[in-house]
Amino acid sequence: MGIPLLAQLVNVLAAFLLLIAFAMLSQRRVLTLIKLLAWQGAALAASTAIVAWSTGQTHLYYSALLTVLLKVILIPWVLHRLIDRLFVRWDIETLINIPTTMLIGIGLVIFAFALATPISQMATTLTRSTLGIALASVLLSFLMMIVRQKAVPQVIGFLAMENGLFFAATSATYGMPLVVELGVALDVLVGTFIFGIFFFHIRERFDSLDIRHLEKLKED
Amino acid sequence: MEIAIVLCLPLIGALLLALAGHRGWAPELNATMSFATFLAATLLTARVISGGTMVWLGEQFVADQSNVLLATLAGLLREQFFVDPFNVFLVALTAFVGFTTALFSRPYMRTEQDHGRVNAKRLRLYHSMYQLFTFTMLLCLLSNNVGVLWVAMEGATLSTVLLVSLYRTPASLEAAWKYFILCSVGLAQALFGTILLYFAAEKVLGPGGTSLLWTHLHQVRGQLEPTVLSLAFVFLLVGYGTKVGLVPLHNWLPDAHAEGPTPISAVLSGLLLNVALYAVVRSKVLVDGALGRNFSGGLMMGFGLLSVVVAAFFLSRQRDIKRMFAYSSVEHMGIMTFAFGMGGAVAAFAGLLHMTVHSLTKSAIFFTVGHASQAAGTQNMDSIRGLIQTSPTIGWGLVLGSLAILGLPPFGVFTSEFMVLTTAMHEHSWATPFLLVALGVAFASIFGKVQPMVFGETTAQRLPRGPALVPVFAHLAIVLVLGVYVPPYLVGWYRQAAALIG
Repeated sequence: MGIPLLAQLVNVLAAFLLLIAFAMLSQRRVLTLIKLLAWQGAALAASTAIVAWSTGQTHLYYSALLTVLLKVILIPWVLHRLIDRLFVRWDIETLINIPTTMLIGIGLVIFAFALATPISQMATTLTRSTLGIALASVLLSFLMMIVRQKAVPQVIGFLAMENGLFFAATSATYGMPLVVELGVALDVLVGTFIFGIFFFHIRERFDSLDIRHLEKLKED
Repeated sequence: MEIAIVLCLPLIGALLLALAGHRGWAPELNATMSFATFLAATLLTARVISGGTMVWLGEQFVADQSNVLLATLAGLLREQFFVDPFNVFLVALTAFVGFTTALFSRPYMRTEQDHGRVNAKRLRLYHSMYQLFTFTMLLCLLSNNVGVLWVAMEGATLSTVLLVSLYRTPASLEAAWKYFILCSVGLAQALFGTILLYFAAEKVLGPGGTSLLWTHLHQVRGQLEPTVLSLAFVFLLVGYGTKVGLVPLHNWLPDAHAEGPTPISAVLSGLLLNVALYAVVRSKVLVDGALGRNFSGGLMMGFGLLSVVVAAFFLSRQRDIKRMFAYSSVEHMGIMTFAFGMGGAVAAFAGLLHMTVHSLTKSAIFFTVGHASQAAGTQNMDSIRGLIQTSPTIGWGLVLGSLAILGLPPFGVFTSEFMVLTTAMHEHSWATPFLLVALGVAFASIFGKVQPMVFGETTAQRLPRGPALVPVFAHLAIVLVLGVYVPPYLVGWYRQAAALIG
């Protein structure tokens, strides 16, 4: 009985991850978006830890620990500092057509499941049904990056996409080798810092973080 | 051991220049470190020519078990790096162009500083990141682990993004933002592809470190699950293809090339695109083993042909000189992707030769273009005139470089393009008209624009600091030699590499 219960727990967390991806899609407040990102990281870490416990893959514990440190604590903290120093803490973005975006999102989820089903059936892992959810949250984050007009939410979309990818790695394969996971984590961290530097440069130049200013270079 | 030296030198260079990159002698230090890397790469090449493929740290290496730190390190590094004829020629090319570009960058960046476009602090960032960028590219090439390959590729994006925005103008910030977002999102797809590849490999090789090692994957490629691998290849091609600049994923490329400093445009075009294509070709070899050639080859030929045609037609509409040559890079990456997609010994040979000559020619062109636009004070082609009067050598360099890149004999680009075309006529005759039309359009557009820039009338003054001419003419001379006569050891080398990937 032990293992199926744990598998169900992972499924619940997977559903939670997907739900957060949808919540991000419709969330207007920057501050809430960062909270959602931290929660998504927490769900990811919890599911990784459960998979580690039920399968005895010790390196997944490190991976879970890394996720907590990086995605629940460090990156949200950096983002908090950033929005404080950029004075965009209480920013509210006007999003048009939330219902349409949601409907496109549902379409993406169906597409992701259709794509992942044949592969999931091949998997011998405990958590195989979650591969579709992982792909769906990657695609939803992608959609979020497309519809957002401000720089900070776009970057949050990018980080959420990375969360989805990590979830794909743990759900389909019991995690990548540790060297690779460490490397990816380092890239994400450095990337976040560079985004931070960028925000200041963009602000300095355009007095705003609206990326509509960044659509001048086009083919005429 | 040579592998470790090749990788360590640029890393040490990055550290040193992070400390001293703002000093007056930093450009010389940058060039020295690049030269040392080039020497080490030459040594490595010599080792591979005499000894064949090697994996580092190999099985025979046994660490002292009593020293825990050493033993762990040895365990982590076991079989993580390898060199075979395919990647060693790219390592040599990368180190060589990295060195010549560092030579070119010496007077170029000093002039930029004189013009007040960069200050000492930004030069420190520039020099340090230049070395780090070289390191990430060499790591991409030498890594045996496809996961680390991804990490290094993302590292290459991260290290160049702040260089593209070095001038902090609105346009350069926009270009860098676009570059960062598009390449990161693209590479995220490649990571998903890598996860799928691992998923398939794990079943055959078992979980753990070895399932992502290319040498192991290559041995069992016939047993990998075809459905998973086909999906993985789509993600890998889209992901790394963004970095190669394949149409329709090429949007970041012209902007990043046009707005960044010219030495960076030269290494982006000449080296980074090659390294990304290398990742695609490595993935293709694995997928071909599981699926047969048609699937991956068809996709690559489609993307390649689309890039060639679209880029050729965009060429004629450009006003900015660096943008125009960026589109020319898209076109040539398309030709290479098409050649590797066709597969077979001749096409793969042509693809490898084209990688070499394009990288040398295009960086030489960017060197001349950089000096020309610096002297004219603009990158707008309508305002650059009479190069032959202000700096004749640069003018001739630009003419010769353009003729070489347009595929005129006796330059090497002609040889490789001719081989691609004849193979296409034999095996995929439907594609030949597209290729020929695109090459013709590209010829007309580039030649029509370069001619008045070089021979027109001008009132512009000569720059006080002369350009670095050695890199330009060294590159063009090699391309010329490769067009007339490819040395037998190089032929053998390309053949071995082509056999690996064909």
